[in-house]
Amino acid sequence: MAATQTGATSTASRNRRRPWIAEFYASSLGKKYAMAITGIVLMAYVFAHMVGNLKLFEGAQPLNDYAAWLREIAYPALPEGAALWGVRIVLIAAFAIHIHAAAVLTLRNRRARGTKYQSKRDYNAADFASRTMRWSGVIVGLFVLFHLADLTFGATNPDFDHADVYGNIVTSFSVWWIAAIYVVANLALAFHLYHGVWSLFQTMGWNQRRFNHWRRYFAVAFAVVVAAGNLSFPIAVQLGIVG
Amino acid sequence: MDLTLKVWRQPGPEAEGRFETYQAKGIDEHASFLEMLDLVNEQLTEEGIEPIAFDSDCREGICGTCGVMVDGEAHGPVENASVCQVHMFNYSDGDTITIEPWRAAGFPIQKDLIVDRTAFDEIIAAGGYITVPTGSAPEANLTPVDKPIADTAFEAAQCIGCGACVAACPNGAAQLFTAAKVSHLNLLPQGQPERYERVVNMVEVMEEYFGSCTNHGECQDACPKDISIDFIAWLNKDYRKASFKQMRAS
Amino acid sequence: MPVDQKLDLDAKIPDGSLEDKWDNHRFDMKLVNPNNKRKFDVIVVGTGLAGASAAASLGELGYNVRCFTYHDSPRRAHSIAAQGGINAAKNYQGDGDSIFRLFHDTIKGGDYRSREGNVYRLAQLSVNIIDQAVAQGVPFARDYGGLLDNRSFGGAQVSRTFYAQGQTGQQLLLGAYQALMRQVDRGSVTLHPRTEMLELVVVDGRAHGVVVRDLGTGEISSHSAHAVVLATGGYASAYFLSTMAKNSNATAAWRAHRKGAVYGNPCYTQIHPTCIPQSGDYQSKLTLMSEGLRNDGRIWVPKDPDETRPPEDIPESERDYYLERLYPAFGNLAPRDISSRAAKRMVDAGHGVGPQKNGVYLDFAGAIERMGVDGVEAKYDNLFQMYEKITNENPYRVPMRIYPAPHYAMGGLWVDYNLQTSIPGLFALGESNFSDHGANRLGASALMQGLADGYFVIPYTIGNYLAPMLGESPPPTSHEAFAEAEAEVRDKVFGLLSVNGTRSVDSFHKELGRILWDYCGMSRTAEGLEKARSEIRTLRDEFHKDVRVLGENETINQSLEKAGRVQDFFELAELMTVDAHHREESCGGHFREEHQTEEGEALRDDENYAYVARWRFRGLGEDPELIPEPLEFETVTPSTRSYK
Ligand SMILES: Cc1cc2nc3c(=O)[nH]c(=O)nc-3n(C[C@H](O)[C@H](O)[C@H](O)COP(=O)(O)OP(=O)(O)OC[C@H]3O[C@@H](n4cnc5c(N)ncnc54)[C@H](O)[C@@H]3O)c2cc1C
Ligand code: HEM
Ligand code: HEM
Ligand code: SF4
Ligand code: F3S
Ligand code: FES
Repeated sequence: MAATQTGATSTASRNRRRPWIAEFYASSLGKKYAMAITGIVLMAYVFAHMVGNLKLFEGAQPLNDYAAWLREIAYPALPEGAALWGVRIVLIAAFAIHIHAAAVLTLRNRRARGTKYQSKRDYNAADFASRTMRWSGVIVGLFVLFHLADLTFGATNPDFDHADVYGNIVTSFSVWWIAAIYVVANLALAFHLYHGVWSLFQTMGWNQRRFNHWRRYFAVAFAVVVAAGNLSFPIAVQLGIVG
Repeated sequence: MDLTLKVWRQPGPEAEGRFETYQAKGIDEHASFLEMLDLVNEQLTEEGIEPIAFDSDCREGICGTCGVMVDGEAHGPVENASVCQVHMFNYSDGDTITIEPWRAAGFPIQKDLIVDRTAFDEIIAAGGYITVPTGSAPEANLTPVDKPIADTAFEAAQCIGCGACVAACPNGAAQLFTAAKVSHLNLLPQGQPERYERVVNMVEVMEEYFGSCTNHGECQDACPKDISIDFIAWLNKDYRKASFKQMRAS
Repeated sequence: MPVDQKLDLDAKIPDGSLEDKWDNHRFDMKLVNPNNKRKFDVIVVGTGLAGASAAASLGELGYNVRCFTYHDSPRRAHSIAAQGGINAAKNYQGDGDSIFRLFHDTIKGGDYRSREGNVYRLAQLSVNIIDQAVAQGVPFARDYGGLLDNRSFGGAQVSRTFYAQGQTGQQLLLGAYQALMRQVDRGSVTLHPRTEMLELVVVDGRAHGVVVRDLGTGEISSHSAHAVVLATGGYASAYFLSTMAKNSNATAAWRAHRKGAVYGNPCYTQIHPTCIPQSGDYQSKLTLMSEGLRNDGRIWVPKDPDETRPPEDIPESERDYYLERLYPAFGNLAPRDISSRAAKRMVDAGHGVGPQKNGVYLDFAGAIERMGVDGVEAKYDNLFQMYEKITNENPYRVPMRIYPAPHYAMGGLWVDYNLQTSIPGLFALGESNFSDHGANRLGASALMQGLADGYFVIPYTIGNYLAPMLGESPPPTSHEAFAEAEAEVRDKVFGLLSVNGTRSVDSFHKELGRILWDYCGMSRTAEGLEKARSEIRTLRDEFHKDVRVLGENETINQSLEKAGRVQDFFELAELMTVDAHHREESCGGHFREEHQTEEGEALRDDENYAYVARWRFRGLGEDPELIPEPLEFETVTPSTRSYK
């Protein structure tokens, strides 16, 4: 210690060379920013997806029509399915960036601690949701893979019919363990959103002291609404309310 | 009161460390936490055991020199207090207290409970100042500062650089410390010319040593000066703006 | 110290009228051309207000600066603890303040034991300090119009004190620290934290370097330069229990003294009236409650020494608001020395309050009635919280208890008008010098002095010293003077480690502090001082035979650090008693019971003692040599300092 200290990073070396976006994303703060933006995209998707899926309660025809309509948006201006692919590309990119940033930051943060505390930590502010973001995130990520296999590719259903979304859902959710996976994943999603939605306001720097307490209310409401909607489907099927 | 202490002992930066158990006997409830340690050190010296090394100076919560984890909490159990401001009336006879140094890769342990926090100085050196050559300052009252702005800047300026935020943060992030200084200077009219360069340069050095913020809020809770994580949002905003300014410039 | 060493003892006060001295002098001083500045190496020891502002300013000018502090960061220097504020003759409140009034108040406050020229310059520079600090972003309190706010403080009848809640020192220090770190980043200042200066190196009668110990690795090394600046703070911590930070010490100044720098007025220590009384033997320091509290709190004791009721049950008629009674014009705002002694008299007469009957009340009941709890909260909440954290008592409900405690050292290394000590090339700034406060420092003027010295005086005067040395390189660290100094340091360090006695360093320091407090504290007698001197010598011998310093030199060893400092306190303490003994008068913080008026007020003797007592070291155990510097008053006429 106490070795002669001159500016470790002198001003000269701080001049940037790479294109700004690369510089920006290279920094942890830039990555957080990317996570927040992609998080917002994902939020918008899960919210809209949940609302759309509520048609399940209206019966088979409305839901199947809705699914068909989704594929046809903007047709004939765009080829059939183009808009959907547009959304898919955005979604895939968002997921990829979100996960990449999460993984890099997790590693950096682990390194930043160095040696762990050797006695028990006592957390006062960091709640269960915030401390398990990477696990709730991973659960949701794995779930999406399963979910695609299940309801997009029909891997779990020999009678899978692309046109009968309603039937596919009911068939899957009647299987108890598939329903259970949906329940667990959506609970994880709820926790992820409970912290994530609040957190993104901080990350984005959306901060007005007078309104700051509303950020938490919004996060809770968002998480609860999305989770309640999504949980209602497997539960309704299991209880025989839909089917 | 009588207490049992479990204290991290580590002879030097490279050496292995471990917990040692000591008895602290006959502690007065009006003694401060550090005076309790002084007393244990007197006992250890008598027994021929090298006293526990821990940092402190002002012992009134302003210099930021002291700081240890006490039972898993940075600066111990008292709200808005550094560990030198904790008094033993917060404990009861027979308690066991575990004391450990700050742990963060950016704060290497020097000995026992002492860590090296020079990384903080480097963050400040990177931009935590307003350039004003001695003697070149204009008349002070030429620049009025709105009272709400002045008050908020003051709130941020109170940071004592103790490092509890890093110690408490699950990610070992120094975001609160950096945000406090950035906000203090970036809020004031005097700080405007260097505003964006300041935040980019300080964040860059911060990230060399410390983790990133995922908004746990643990830092604010540990901070003896109650610095608000609102300033972290502030830092993020200025960083973002600065980056977009660079985009336009490049 | 070689006996034939040539000391420079001229105070070098410039000619001319008081107002023009500094301006003329600045014009007369030699300059170093900007391109040549980097050819000069300057060592700055200390990073408090004085050291940080000096190092930052010198670095910015282009000098090659090396800066040392035993703290782990420059920002932790003891200046950080100053609460109340900083004076400046801005007259923003339009209440009749002026440079002359600040000068006059400071001279009078110092009981006519300071130099007119220095104090006038200080008052002039006070104005620039505020400008500088505000431009750096120091968040001083502001009023609703956005302009700077002031309060009246520490016995001043005008509102000239700038403040930042109760954290003025912190905010000013951070400003200076940030300026310093900027220079570190630019490479003009090299910083050595956790490094303690343990010896001064004098070559051919000039200060040319220091020997330091790295507190992390124990490495002892030499550093050579064209000039050395000490800004190492005060020594009230010699009393063990004081408001100073735990690590404050006199080592740097003392080692310089042993090398020939004469010491000025070592017995002038300030006892601050508003500290939290001691609660037990385990106590490691005393906490200051800002003097600002005296603006709204009223000080009293029960009239009946045997009073047992809680304060709120004692009726008005049975309370003695003794400051208001004795000093009606100033009341609770009477200067520090006066208030402190009054409190001591009350406690000594048995009127003390609290479990140990060692305090007086500072009561806010009236203020709460007048301003409401909110009003009091807005002004003092952080101080009240601090009090409650320490005492577990809520001052909104129960009056605070306060008692005087050692707080500030007016004495220090003697310097001339250029802040140069008696060793050419060695400068002393801030609290480490003796300069501007005479026998008593007024509140809010130490910050002012530290920053004036560092920002605005040394950058000029050091150039004047260095200019003729252009082209000369400082002696190499292989010079024998460095080798000798290093050997001395090694002897001391390993000597302390090898005693292996039975008593801890702190136990010695506590005992020394007790002796100083009892005999060389708030009031002193010839007899007590003689006793103290011999007790200090005995204890010092015991220290060298019986101190126990465990551990090794090669890692952080706080007992070893403390032992080195206490060793120097022992020597300084003896000099304090010698100085207090020789000064057969009472003035400011120095109160000799033999010299008081019938009402118990200080009785000065201008005829015989209107001088700075300069002491020259002649070896341990030898009597130091007294070389008075007479004080001349051309503008003010010393009068009895009355605050009635
Ligand atoms: C509790 C308190 C409150 C106060 N409030 C006020 C106030 O309201 N207004 C006011 O005007 N004044 C106040 N004062 C007084 C004022 O704070 C000090 O006098 C002033 O700050 C001293 O500054 P300095 O730069 O001289 O020394 P310091 O700030 O004490 O700095 C000393 C520096 O020297 C270094 N150092 C010392 N020895 C060595 C060594 N051997 N080797 C290496 N480094 C060394 C230290 O590390 C430190 O960096 C207060 C003092 C106290 C104790
Ligand atoms: C494999 C999948 C995922 C992983 C590993 C993951 C991981 C993370 C992590 C580690 C964070 C950082 C926590 C923080 O900043 O506080 C985070 C933030 C966030 N995540 Fe995810 N996540 C995943 C999927 C999702 C999904 C599907 C959504 C949306 C439905 C989502 C929405 C968010 C939001 C809104 C944030 C907050 C961003 C911010 O703090 O600025 N995440 N995620
Ligand atoms: C219980 C709740 C859910 C139900 C009933 C449900 C239902 C469906 C169905 C039926 C499809 C296929 C649509 C089609 O192919 O036409 C689908 C696709 C999809 N779902 Fe869900 N889903 C649920 C929850 C979720 C959640 C929580 C996420 C994300 C975190 C998610 C992400 C997706 C994705 C990415 C697709 C693929 C979209 C595409 O084809 O582009 N779903 N979902
Ligand atoms: S932000 Fe708070 S916890 Fe962090 S260094 Fe500053 S004072 Fe300490
Ligand atoms: S605890 Fe850490 S994650 Fe951020 S909000 Fe504080 S720095
Ligand atoms: S010792 Fe200064 S803050 Fe604790």
